[in-house]
Amino acid sequence: MTATDAPAAPQAPKLRPANGAKRQYTFLLIVIAALFFVPYILPDSAQPVAVRTLIFAIMAVGWNLMSGFGGMFSFGHAVFFGVGAYTDAYLLTAFGVSPWLSMIIGAVLAAGVGLTIAYFCLRYKLAGSYFALATFAFAQMFYLLSQNLGFLNKTDGINVPLLPEESWAMLQFDQDSKFYFWIPLVILGLAMAVTIYFAHSRAGQFAQAIRDDATAAESLGIKVMKYRLITVAMSCAITAVAGAYYSQYYLFVGPEQAFGIHVSTDAIIPAVIGGIGTIWGPLIGAAVVGPLSELIAHLLRNPPEFLEFLQGTSGLDVAVYAALLIVIVIFLPKGIYGTIRERMRK
Amino acid sequence: MAITEAPAAPAADKRNPLTAGGTRITLIIGGIAVVGLALVYLLGDREPALITQYLVSGLLLGGVYALVSLGLTLIFGVLGIVNFAQGAMLTLSMYLVYVLQSSLGLNLYVAVVLTIPLLFGFGWLVQSMLLNRLTEDASHDRPLLVTLGLSLLIVNVLLMIFGGRPKSVDAPVSGSIEILGALADTQRIIAFGGAVLVAAALTLVLRKTSMGLAIRAVAANGTGASLVGVNVRRVYAMTFGLGAASVAVAGGLITPFTTLVPTAGEQFTTLAFVIVVLGGLGSIPGALVGGLFIGVLQTVGSLYLPGSGSLILVFGIFVLILFLRPQGLFGAKQ
Repeated sequence: MTATDAPAAPQAPKLRPANGAKRQYTFLLIVIAALFFVPYILPDSAQPVAVRTLIFAIMAVGWNLMSGFGGMFSFGHAVFFGVGAYTDAYLLTAFGVSPWLSMIIGAVLAAGVGLTIAYFCLRYKLAGSYFALATFAFAQMFYLLSQNLGFLNKTDGINVPLLPEESWAMLQFDQDSKFYFWIPLVILGLAMAVTIYFAHSRAGQFAQAIRDDATAAESLGIKVMKYRLITVAMSCAITAVAGAYYSQYYLFVGPEQAFGIHVSTDAIIPAVIGGIGTIWGPLIGAAVVGPLSELIAHLLRNPPEFLEFLQGTSGLDVAVYAALLIVIVIFLPKGIYGTIRERMRK
Repeated sequence: MAITEAPAAPAADKRNPLTAGGTRITLIIGGIAVVGLALVYLLGDREPALITQYLVSGLLLGGVYALVSLGLTLIFGVLGIVNFAQGAMLTLSMYLVYVLQSSLGLNLYVAVVLTIPLLFGFGWLVQSMLLNRLTEDASHDRPLLVTLGLSLLIVNVLLMIFGGRPKSVDAPVSGSIEILGALADTQRIIAFGGAVLVAAALTLVLRKTSMGLAIRAVAANGTGASLVGVNVRRVYAMTFGLGAASVAVAGGLITPFTTLVPTAGEQFTTLAFVIVVLGGLGSIPGALVGGLFIGVLQTVGSLYLPGSGSLILVFGIFVLILFLRPQGLFGAKQ
């Protein structure tokens, strides 16, 4: 073994990152291909849960870029999700714009909003808790604005009209169509590919260096603001696409669904549970969190004997999810994937 | 130049933000408030009586906000923890008052007094069992995530036990009295008095007791405090307990005029952060003044921006403060 490996050894350090990326792309392709068959296995009634899980996953992948790889803890990703969701619903109802186009417009808009917010936060040197609070305040402002702006229908929200027939251009299919699962699956695959590409790219390496030590990175000549803003823009754009798909799938968006506090936490929690700052963390976290509430609801409908007292109560699903979050943050600070990876390396 | 400046530096450090008064800034804010209100009265194009009514309501609402923010400012100021569970702890104390009253038939205010040690214990446990495990690394996001989880946990456990239907408690006093021709709800006046009382009590504890001295020492420099023999973890637990206890007073006093549902405290969490940052991290007078300011801004602002519109003003000011004066109105410059 050592004999065959020997000639390759001198080149190995140089090739390793590229090989790492290649392996991750291959693995991603295998995962997405495997998930492609999920709608055939799941009963139709479980499809909404699967779609919601995918939307969570896209949001978490977006959040993870900014907060995991970029080290800027956002507590207001609802802003970007909501901008995507409202752009889609508004352009469609007001001008009949195709959702595919709106997704791109929404992503660009959200990236613009994100750049503005992040620029000011970084310009005024907000860090740590203050950065989180500022992003949170912006999410609240957008929430209140959407409640008070006439062209967004105030608190009533916007209904996306249901078409009588299937239409690819308008992204509407039969209620149980498998395309509703496959489209966000492809989006998720693309978002993951962007993450893998970014993590190995020069810009991504710079962003991670800035996260670990901004002063050291700056002293090496890395333009801190520039690479931070690049990370933010990508993160916001991905999250906005999740928002646009949300409007399209549920055919409705309102202030609470777009900009509510829970939207921001829905983006954070899968990434935290799976592993912040890792490529696969958000995906694993979403796979755990997404089906959790449905599993618990199922359990409560037919409870085993020792849990019978819980029948008919609401809130257990979120309580379990919250307890899981606390336990993971305290005992597995690197998340499920981060911890497993660390064990494997040892 | 360095020699002449040297003696001034320690003097500036002595000004502890936890209890510092800040006369100048109080005068400035008071001035801004008076000028702003004068403009509203003279050019605001609304009935003066109506404005007075809104002003009085705003001050009373501000008292409630201040009451809720006092505990948060202590926790944020000393521990540096963005305690997202503050609103949920407020709800928890409201339900405790409800349970004590409905099962034991206690007077509301007796129930409030009983809730204080319960919440103190709860806060103590949260800090010593959960958050103290995170103090080794300086990361700010892990405590935030734990309190976020805690908030979701409390709200949903309350939902499981009590359901989503609103509950109500009986208050021994009711009605309203007239102040400057405006009607003021008695319950809210009592809550306002509670805010002043809690602020005074916290200031006394921080200034006069050895525990307060330890808390101030830890807030100023945790490592230094531990080197001179302060049990930092115990002080942390104590501080979180005190923060939770002040929330207990808040919850108890606002129960009579709040619809008691598991999510009742949520609206306060966000506003309490605004007030704490506005007033200055860990500043007790800052929380009082900030609470009153935000209460008046929201209520008088709603004369012109109906519905939730006036809250946009509140968050706009919050962001401006974060950018331009992140140490807050009463905070010492870092």
